[in-house]
Amino acid sequence: MDDIDKEILNRIQTSFPVAARPYQELGQQVGITEQEAYDRVMNLYNTKIIRRMGASFDSRKLGFTSTLCAMKIPEEKLTETVRIINKHVGVTHNYKRNHDYNVWFTVISPSREKLLSILQGIEEESGISPIREMPAKQFFKIKVDFQFKKGEDEKEEKKVEVANDS
Amino acid sequence: MTPDFDTTDKKIMKILQGDIPQTMHPYKDISEQLGISEDEVVHRINGYIEKQYIRRFGATLRHQKAGFSANGMAVWKIPEDDRQRVGEIIAGFREVSHCYERPTFPDWPYNIFAMLHGKSEDECRETALRIADEIDVKDFYILFSVQEFKKTSMVYFE
Repeated sequence: MDDIDKEILNRIQTSFPVAARPYQELGQQVGITEQEAYDRVMNLYNTKIIRRMGASFDSRKLGFTSTLCAMKIPEEKLTETVRIINKHVGVTHNYKRNHDYNVWFTVISPSREKLLSILQGIEEESGISPIREMPAKQFFKIKVDFQFKKGEDEKEEKKVEVANDS
Repeated sequence: MTPDFDTTDKKIMKILQGDIPQTMHPYKDISEQLGISEDEVVHRINGYIEKQYIRRFGATLRHQKAGFSANGMAVWKIPEDDRQRVGEIIAGFREVSHCYERPTFPDWPYNIFAMLHGKSEDECRETALRIADEIDVKDFYILFSVQEFKKTSMVYFE
């Protein structure tokens, strides 16, 4: 990655142009041609630095509800229980972590009722309970971009959102 | 309270929740796929961004590949009347991507969660120690991800 790649990533993480010729616009922003902008973005894709290019929706604005869940799952039941958890489309992140609560996953659902029925289904099918459900009560900060500085790999966070949900 | 999207909105959003076409003219390709004009696609997407249905439109990086290989969920036990002060201080750290208050349980006393990012677990620990100093609350725990079982984007539109 050279400085132009970093500049491109800094820009398109925040906003990829929505216009008839997005790569022409991106090229103008960083001082290269439309073709070079396109080639560089495709290269960042192909080298898997870019995971995805699309929209990150605000689940709450779309009327969805989300939560974080923790479970204590015995090692011998881990594989099977993770399979039961992960088959739900609304489960978007699931990690094993170093704690008695060793499995942590997020669930997004169109309604609170459906979300609770997913959790109940997981408890019933896995035979493991309780699932500790920890929906956010207050948001102090959500999502930042990983900004690159020219000539180094340090990240610099760009925006701080402080929002009170209540 | 789901917003009122028409069929075209839903079709566009279904595409946007995945990847836009990796072509020189992605919006033109989307428009041809849906049988509408490119102008309309561009206009509608800009509308979703303005109305903030879309929080961010663009590239999502693989943090490992981009040099941010470690993440830790740092958790603090903060008294009720001190949460706002602490939350705002933690939010100011550039190593923190998310900071939320969450409910506690008898066997889970931690109510403030901060997602830390760094080049290594040690770097995350070092960040947590600096935060602990700054907020003057020394009792914290960091849960590192030992294994990733799933990481995807939500499918809102099917």
